Amino acid sequence: MSHRIRFEGLDEVFECRNNESVLVAMERLGLAVVPVGCRGGGCGVCKVRVLDGWYHTGKMSRAQVTEQEEREGYALACRLYPDGPLVLQAIGKLVRVT
Amino acid sequence: MALTGVLRPGFVQIRVLDMKEALTHYCDRLGLFEVSREKDGRVYLHAMDEFDRHSVILREADQPGMDRMGFKVRTEHDLDLFEKRLRDVGMEVEHVEAGEQPGVGRRISFVAPTGHRFDLYAEMEQSALPPMTHNPDVMQVDPKGMGVQRFDHCLLYGDDLDGTERVFVEALDFEVSETVTAPDGTRIASFLTCSNKAHDLAIVRHDEKGKFHHASFLLEDWSEVGRAADIITRYNISIDIGPTRHGITRGKTIYFFDPSGNRNEVFAGGYSYYPDNPRRNWDADEVGKAIFYYERVLNDRFMGVVT
Repeated sequence: MSHRIRFEGLDEVFECRNNESVLVAMERLGLAVVPVGCRGGGCGVCKVRVLDGWYHTGKMSRAQVTEQEEREGYALACRLYPDGPLVLQAIGKLVRVT
Repeated sequence: MALTGVLRPGFVQIRVLDMKEALTHYCDRLGLFEVSREKDGRVYLHAMDEFDRHSVILREADQPGMDRMGFKVRTEHDLDLFEKRLRDVGMEVEHVEAGEQPGVGRRISFVAPTGHRFDLYAEMEQSALPPMTHNPDVMQVDPKGMGVQRFDHCLLYGDDLDGTERVFVEALDFEVSETVTAPDGTRIASFLTCSNKAHDLAIVRHDEKGKFHHASFLLEDWSEVGRAADIITRYNISIDIGPTRHGITRGKTIYFFDPSGNRNEVFAGGYSYYPDNPRRNWDADEVGKAIFYYERVLNDRFMGVVT
């Protein structure tokens, strides 16, 4: 069982397996739609907003996704598990220090 | 006896999102041993080649990162001396009473200009399972996982790098072994040592205060770094980069993340530092080779991802 993941404004569509995070599916398929950081819900660089679809999430740092944001559909892609097809918006970014 | 004052990094207290997942990672994969679980939920861990009771403390919280890093000093008297010297460079010094961590004596504590909390302490109980000292075998118990020997150092990110460097140099007698410098002379990274090691603490300039880049653990040699890489892939541990080598410090290394997104390093080697050695410096336009000697380019993740 897999679920179709689409990012708003992008043509690319990919399939995410059941119990696989959106970020891991994206990496496994060699795509680079959102930046990949710690993959553990800690650093926040893979932040997305779910515009449409059913999903559940794992533990995420409150410093990266507040309770209010979580209610509004924000999540970290590394902790985002689809329960059906999802439409997402990329939010996170990597800031270089040098 | 040449090594006096601050002896070494003694402990790091790390926040994790899920204690069970964290213990699988730090004990079964890195090879630390659980020492105790206390009523406040903190779990104390010990590496196989450390004499002291514990070196890693895990605390479950809703955001990952580092609570504090502790340095062991040689004598009780040093604590009084360093308290005065820290105050002399403008630090507010707090007292943490003996027993706040089990088996640890009184600590003095300050928040450095980069926003990180550091403790100094002189006394910690010996481990119940220390390295052997009588006709000592190379190990008391069989290694687990990567078999890390000991906690070695931290790399921290913060804004006032110059301020924190000054406190460690002027009040705590650290030396700056190696630096990375921007064309305008701004210090981008500073590697500080209180010992014969290439670094005991590293600081990188960053917009936000108090960020945690990694805690590092010592392995014996390059083949153990390769075996750590096998374990990282076998258990789908989140990888950052490596195995590779650093130009800075010359350590052979691999970087990965714990299940809460805190970065870990396991490494071997690195040069020996003596206080009369001239400082090594890297220009910012050679920073790729400085950080990753084989790849010669930085990855954005290594520079930008912190907890």
